[in-house]
Amino acid sequence: MPDAPLPSEQRRTIVGESLAVGVATGAYGISFGAVGVAAGLSVLQTCALSLLVFTGASQFALVGVVAAGGAPISGAMAAILLGTRNTLYGLRMAPLLAFHGWRRAAAAHVLLDESTAMAVNRETRPAARLGFLTTGIAVFVLWNLATLGGALAGTTIGDPRTYGLDAAVGAAFLALLWPRLSDRRSRVVAVVAAGVALGLVPLTAAGVPVLAAGGVALLAGVLSRPKATA
Amino acid sequence: MWAAILVAAVGCYALKWAGLSLPARMLARPVVARVADLIPVALLAALVAVQVWSAGTSLTVDARTAGLAFAVAALLLRAPFLVVVVGAAATAALLRLLI
Repeated sequence: MPDAPLPSEQRRTIVGESLAVGVATGAYGISFGAVGVAAGLSVLQTCALSLLVFTGASQFALVGVVAAGGAPISGAMAAILLGTRNTLYGLRMAPLLAFHGWRRAAAAHVLLDESTAMAVNRETRPAARLGFLTTGIAVFVLWNLATLGGALAGTTIGDPRTYGLDAAVGAAFLALLWPRLSDRRSRVVAVVAAGVALGLVPLTAAGVPVLAAGGVALLAGVLSRPKATA
Repeated sequence: MWAAILVAAVGCYALKWAGLSLPARMLARPVVARVADLIPVALLAALVAVQVWSAGTSLTVDARTAGLAFAVAALLLRAPFLVVVVGAAATAALLRLLI
């Protein structure tokens, strides 16, 4: 990985792209804030999730379980299971970023779908670091401001279903899932996992169906044969 | 609730930090790589299904299904994330307004 400093033009491009992603993702934090409050969390709790957990799908999973009447701790488990994908991003990013000590500890907090996506294809280490940090920090600032705004608005707008916010959450999960459905095994696992989860909804406490779907992934991964192209 | 928030925060941070700190050869084990690849797929699919078709402990089809249908169409047309999400919400809201 070359370490040469960035030409200023390339620097501007990377910063511009990263900020655009930050704004788009951050704006979506408004709906997290509103959904969090609608699920019965206080404004402070909703904001704490965005500040401390800071990984969107996990946060939505937690409040989704709570909104459905599940125990908060099973929501936390669903959040952590979903958070495992950040470990994969980290394994991918570690050699590119080559952060150590406190820099690594700080970078870990902004290790996200977006910051990984904006850094993984850069050709030099300074470019990867710039893309990663600009995106990560932009998303962090805007996501948290938007969460606060959404949570405050959520306490005043009444029933969030009037605005279709409950449908927005399902759509957001689908949008995150979509790029992962490129091979047949993933599509099969997705359909089976959805089926298992729905089958368990009438039988178990809220939160359990989603966790059980994690078991489907485990089984499929252990049992299926290695891909020829893997 | 606060305990759950702290558990999720510590757990999610530890997973991020571990990714930046573990040796990359962890992923070289094919079973680990496959399971790690499939967990987000299974969880997100389950979350979509539960979010759209459950109400408490019963299954139901309502305006959220129309929202999801919009999302599928938008994703097929490669619409940006925000369009998918806001459009789905608007579709469901509109349907509820009309019925």
